[in-house]
Amino acid sequence: MLSHHKLIELYRLMLLIRRFELRAIDERRQGLIPGFIHPYVGEEACAVGACAALNRDDVITSTHRGHGHLIAKGGDVRLMMAELAARETGYCAGKGGSLHMTDFDLGIMGANGIVAGGIPMAVGAALAFKKQAANGAPMRVALSFFGDGATNEGAFHEALNLAGLWKLPVIFFCENNLYGEGTPQNKQAPVSQLSLRAQAYAMPGVTVDGNDVLAVYQATRAAVERARHGAGPTFIEGLTYRYRGHYEGDPQVYRSPQEVAEWQARDPIPRFRRWLVEAGVSESDIEQAEGQVLAMVDEAVDYARKAPPARVQDALSGVYGNAHNGAVF
Amino acid sequence: MIDSLNDRMRTISYSEAINEALREEMQRDPNVFILGEDVATMGGVFGVTAGLLEQFGPERVMDTPISEAGVIGAALGAAMMGMRPVAEIMFGDFLGCAGDQLINQVAKARYMSGGKARVPLTIRVTTGAPGAAAAQHSQSPESWFMNVPGLKIACPATPADAKGLLKTAIRGEDPVLFFEHKMLYATKGAVPDGDHVVELGQARVVREGADVTIIAIGGMLPRALEAAQTLAARDRAISCEVIDPRTLVPLDLPTLIDSVKKTGRVVIVHEAHKRAGPGAEIAALLAEHAVDYLDSPIARVAAKNVPLPYAPALEQFVLPNTQDIIDAVLRVLR
Repeated sequence: MLSHHKLIELYRLMLLIRRFELRAIDERRQGLIPGFIHPYVGEEACAVGACAALNRDDVITSTHRGHGHLIAKGGDVRLMMAELAARETGYCAGKGGSLHMTDFDLGIMGANGIVAGGIPMAVGAALAFKKQAANGAPMRVALSFFGDGATNEGAFHEALNLAGLWKLPVIFFCENNLYGEGTPQNKQAPVSQLSLRAQAYAMPGVTVDGNDVLAVYQATRAAVERARHGAGPTFIEGLTYRYRGHYEGDPQVYRSPQEVAEWQARDPIPRFRRWLVEAGVSESDIEQAEGQVLAMVDEAVDYARKAPPARVQDALSGVYGNAHNGAVF
Repeated sequence: MIDSLNDRMRTISYSEAINEALREEMQRDPNVFILGEDVATMGGVFGVTAGLLEQFGPERVMDTPISEAGVIGAALGAAMMGMRPVAEIMFGDFLGCAGDQLINQVAKARYMSGGKARVPLTIRVTTGAPGAAAAQHSQSPESWFMNVPGLKIACPATPADAKGLLKTAIRGEDPVLFFEHKMLYATKGAVPDGDHVVELGQARVVREGADVTIIAIGGMLPRALEAAQTLAARDRAISCEVIDPRTLVPLDLPTLIDSVKKTGRVVIVHEAHKRAGPGAEIAALLAEHAVDYLDSPIARVAAKNVPLPYAPALEQFVLPNTQDIIDAVLRVLR
């Protein structure tokens, strides 16, 4: 079982995601953030539980709703907020914004503006890892986060087929929040349990309570073990819910306030806090983590505000790695 | 054109030249591997990867399912993790199946990550009409991707350039769409021995001339040279300068402008459809940068703007040919 230290860390990361997102929403209203954002509020247990089972040099691909994945994989909230604020010192020097934050040092291959866009990329990383392991490197693992809506795109099916065929060290983590943008999942797919789709690609498919960080962790840990030992891919479906709209500003005509309230009663963060107390973690340790989180988010906003804006003179650079003198791009 | 008389040359086919480039780069760098439909056991439907499976084994020469998006996406992920994949898409017409991966992922990964993502990825793809293959196996889709910043586009026309450009593409840091014209595979030419590399973004003056500049892309280079020869043999001989851009992105505009300064007249030839084909961009660049040197309007010789038909007579009517080039040269000289 996880140590007290690690358990508090799970709680701290979930809370950091929650506070970061709520603050980003607020700062966007205040004008610090020029672009649109897709808040991860409510789904924190998925990112944190899954990433807790990964090593630092394992990799993830993420989505449009990616802030939580980045934070859970160790992302620096200062660089994230600076990127949202379109600053030179942001994760992508202001060229990517919310949808494209990337940190290869932390194994973050990038958020993505296309819902199934990152899934084949994770398969490719796993293909590289399998080849590198055959040459003596330790087996690394790739995990792809995506939503229920992505399972209806062709790239999802091609990617799972390749992973199943080649028995690659990859985990497909589907965050089923019941809505693909503004359309309920039952109007988008003929199966209600999305993990059933794994059968078609000869890999285990499991459905877990995506609002239970420990359940997510256990399921992912088992999948990582399989992957690391060459047994191939696993599909995990985490049942969860987003408390905000698809994007910030979404009028949410497709669901009722009662439904949102029902899910908020199952909020993964207070739920885990209660569990921690019952498990004997001291209130003061928990409060210390809560204080840290608030300070980190304040510091991130402060860092972003003070950071220099993205430089117009850099707009034309960084498209290619090799230049060619005199030739026109 | 022979680059140096001191170089030892061999005469091999375009197809063999590509095979040699792949073989040599795989020997040179263990991170290079090949994946695509029927590239291993079959050696490619055009035979280009023949023998590579036997030499390098199934881990480095991988047959894949018919999954263009999956293959390009997997190649992208592997490239980001330190490999140098060479993916093959059997027909350029199938690039549409990999559209999102190419356009939104591969092309943009470096820029939108603020330079963090490396994408050393070569995508070999066939282009052009092989004859009676109809509308979904005959297209020349190069210019679809000229409008996507982040991709480089090579369109070699000779065995030497095919070998040299492919080696450079594989060693580079960027995604390169490498268009191989199906009707060039069997053509032969001199290729220098040894580690022959050709930089991207350098056009080649294939034939020097004084009266008209013919800019010919990919499979149209042999047709342009035929036209130049015919025009040179006339009683009132016309001297055509024939230039092969070799890569469309990046494009060696200075070499094109230098030629226009000399001749004052331009004919652009490609097999892609005329509307918004590569010639449209080249003509626009010349109009922007060299209009003062032009003595007549720029002419374009290209496929007509219809899907390529199956019936040979119809197909030949739609595709550009040597006579079309001759007519265009005479038109710009009028």
